[in-house]
Amino acid sequence: MKVDHSLPLEYGTKQNGLNIFGFWVFLAAEIMLFATLFTSYFTLEHRTGSGPSGTEIFEIAPVIIETLLLLTSSFTIGLGVHAMRLGRKKAMMTFFVITLLLGLGFLGFEIDEFITYIHDGATLQTSAFTAMLMTTLGTHGLHVTFGLFWGTAILLQVKKRGLTPETANKSFIFSLYWHFLDVVWIFIFSFIYLKGMM
Amino acid sequence: MEFFERFAIPNPSLAIYASMVAIGLTVVAIIAGLTYFKKWGYLWREWLTTVDHKRIGIMYLLSALIMLFRGGVDAIMLRAQLAVPDNKLLDPQHYNEVFSTHGVIMVMFMAMPFIFAFMNYVVPLQIGARDVAFPRLNALSFWLFFFGAMLFNISFVIGGSPDAGWTSYFPLAGNDFSQHVGTNYYMIAIQISGIGSLMTGINMITTIMKMRAPGMTLMKMPMFTWSVLVTNLIIVTVFPVITVALAMGTMDRLFGTHFFATTNGGMDMLWANLFWVWGHPEVYILILPAFGIYSEIISTFAGRNLYGYKSMVASMVIISALSCMVWAHHFFTMGQGAVANSFFSITTMMIAVPTGVKIFNWLFTLWKGKIRFTVPMLYSLGFIPLFVIGGMTGVMLAMSAADYQYHNTMFLVAHFHNTIIPGVVFAMLAGLTYYWPKMFGFMLNERIGKWSFWTLTIGFCLAFFPMYITGLDGQARRMYTYSEATGYGPLNMVSFVGAGVMAISFALIVYNVYYSVRYSPRNIGADPWDARSLEWATHTPVPEYNFAVEPQVASSEGFWDAKKKGHALFPGKVEKIHMPNNSGVPFIMGAIFFVLGFSLVFSLWIPAILSLIGILACMALRSFEQDHGRYISVKEIEETETKLRGAK
Repeated sequence: MKVDHSLPLEYGTKQNGLNIFGFWVFLAAEIMLFATLFTSYFTLEHRTGSGPSGTEIFEIAPVIIETLLLLTSSFTIGLGVHAMRLGRKKAMMTFFVITLLLGLGFLGFEIDEFITYIHDGATLQTSAFTAMLMTTLGTHGLHVTFGLFWGTAILLQVKKRGLTPETANKSFIFSLYWHFLDVVWIFIFSFIYLKGMM
Repeated sequence: MEFFERFAIPNPSLAIYASMVAIGLTVVAIIAGLTYFKKWGYLWREWLTTVDHKRIGIMYLLSALIMLFRGGVDAIMLRAQLAVPDNKLLDPQHYNEVFSTHGVIMVMFMAMPFIFAFMNYVVPLQIGARDVAFPRLNALSFWLFFFGAMLFNISFVIGGSPDAGWTSYFPLAGNDFSQHVGTNYYMIAIQISGIGSLMTGINMITTIMKMRAPGMTLMKMPMFTWSVLVTNLIIVTVFPVITVALAMGTMDRLFGTHFFATTNGGMDMLWANLFWVWGHPEVYILILPAFGIYSEIISTFAGRNLYGYKSMVASMVIISALSCMVWAHHFFTMGQGAVANSFFSITTMMIAVPTGVKIFNWLFTLWKGKIRFTVPMLYSLGFIPLFVIGGMTGVMLAMSAADYQYHNTMFLVAHFHNTIIPGVVFAMLAGLTYYWPKMFGFMLNERIGKWSFWTLTIGFCLAFFPMYITGLDGQARRMYTYSEATGYGPLNMVSFVGAGVMAISFALIVYNVYYSVRYSPRNIGADPWDARSLEWATHTPVPEYNFAVEPQVASSEGFWDAKKKGHALFPGKVEKIHMPNNSGVPFIMGAIFFVLGFSLVFSLWIPAILSLIGILACMALRSFEQDHGRYISVKEIEETETKLRGAK
């Protein structure tokens, strides 16, 4: 493989450039996926049938904690990529580990939130609104869960093989994915929770 | 025994039992044949594990042809049932299943892979690339499509076929009204192959944007490549929508949610909207590459460069944008009000403008050209007037007030077949004949080809033009029979005869392949049609690395420049070439997706979870694997080149 040293490591080979470009296109598709979920959510938001509405089941405290955890993790993965560009493998790995732990914390609170909803009588089968809420949140949550496994796999590879054009490329692409999930969460926070509680 | 009862067919008939036996015998024959001729290793090494875009293209092509015949048999059954009033050939349930599978198979499992076949085979060659951007992802796309198609096709012998139409509107498609597992098959099979299509979209966009030969700016791309780029932009935009819709539909059916139900806040029209937000752009996903193929063929056989290149590109981009703004014209009668209907009416009519621009550009390309009436050209010339009729009736349907008369009648059926058959199917058959020599190294017989063109065209007119009349008279689509008093009988009989003539045409195509395999000369050279773009600049058969030296172009017709204007197409010298390794993972992943899909259809949770873990394991395997591909040495390339040159 020819490595172009004038570019950052993650862009260094021809295939690396293709991977990053392709991943941006994938993120465009992901935007459409979440846009569809949001559109459906807005359509079904007030169609609660005999079940509870958003105002009745949303609680601000866990949502704020989830938001803080995820936003911080986006910051730490940014630091991780920065460390990677400086060639500091250890610092990069530390920041990635912190990122994944924050992600795990987020997931814990989200699972707890789901359990609370089910206790409050808002299950997948209750109404179109509750089903849509859980599908939208769940799709994001599944993305985070997948990211935890994916991130761990990449960390193991960086540990074993060091910062090569390949591992750097994977880490960078993973950071794009993670930032994207954060952006989606901002929309969930604003347009599902805040709007629902108003 | 109770466990196995779920796999039984809900509405068995002699035809289904016969198909079961036929499927069983075919499987046995294939396995026995492969074992007898010791071809298992060849099949695995050369095809199932391949990541070569050309071979993947050929596999798409074969699958599409097989599906064309499956969908065609469905069509014949529908026309036979309607041929005479009060016919008892099919019962209503069976009729519902047949028109549902006919639609899904023709759109998702015939037209889509046919288009993907040409995308895969032609685009890397046309832009002078060695392969697509992500060869292994490309193989995965194919296998997801293939196993999605297989899952859909087994529905009619295991558990029952979907019966709610290819649009699968709720609440009809819900558990209350479609009680057997058919609609589960619909939701899950389309989901699996849809994921494959989305990956192809990402792959093709990256390939076209990043891997063009030096000198090929965006506005110097051949028109087919342009059409594929625009098509894949639409794919990436709208396939996620159907992903979500199908997921919601699946949850409604398997987990008892109420997204599209009529109780507990559900909204059935949400499905119709989401479906058509994808579904309308989907028909442009089918037609734009067809336009691309016509552009290539018309300019080749008129012996002229394509008229109005820039306006061709602009019109495709405008069509792609408008295609996402017209979806509600599929349900003008469902009560969204005059303002919404007017909006969608106008956007729909606007699509006729860029399409008209394209028609005139093709006509001006023909103007003063030295036209050669080859088979691909005949299809292209037949396309223009027939497609204009289909387009004009489309504008009629676009008028929302008038649509109250046409809605859900045979008029609509005639309209969309009038665009899809001369538009897409003609293009696919033209492309098949045009690219056949590049793919297989010999030409299809022209005389038999012309016979199949004329029978197809005449059969098409006989089959579908009468439907315009019966539709205006009020014959509803999807009705399994009608009484003699309606007077629809004679025209429906004409349609049936037309369908028979079309069947003869497809049989002639099969015969043509057989005849040409046996008798066609093999020494046809690399450029049998005297064509213009890069795919004809390499050898036939195409070596696995496509081009020994990267081509350099200065216009959209690099090869023509090289032939006629002394342009130096291959200025560099041979260097070692990097190629990806074959991999069995895409095939295995596809197979696991099939098991996952089948388990979900029948709510078998344990195998479903196991196969999900299997899929994740495949992904992890890919992540940890270190596969740097391989190099083809200069010596090897020169040997291949000498050999191929000698064969000319």
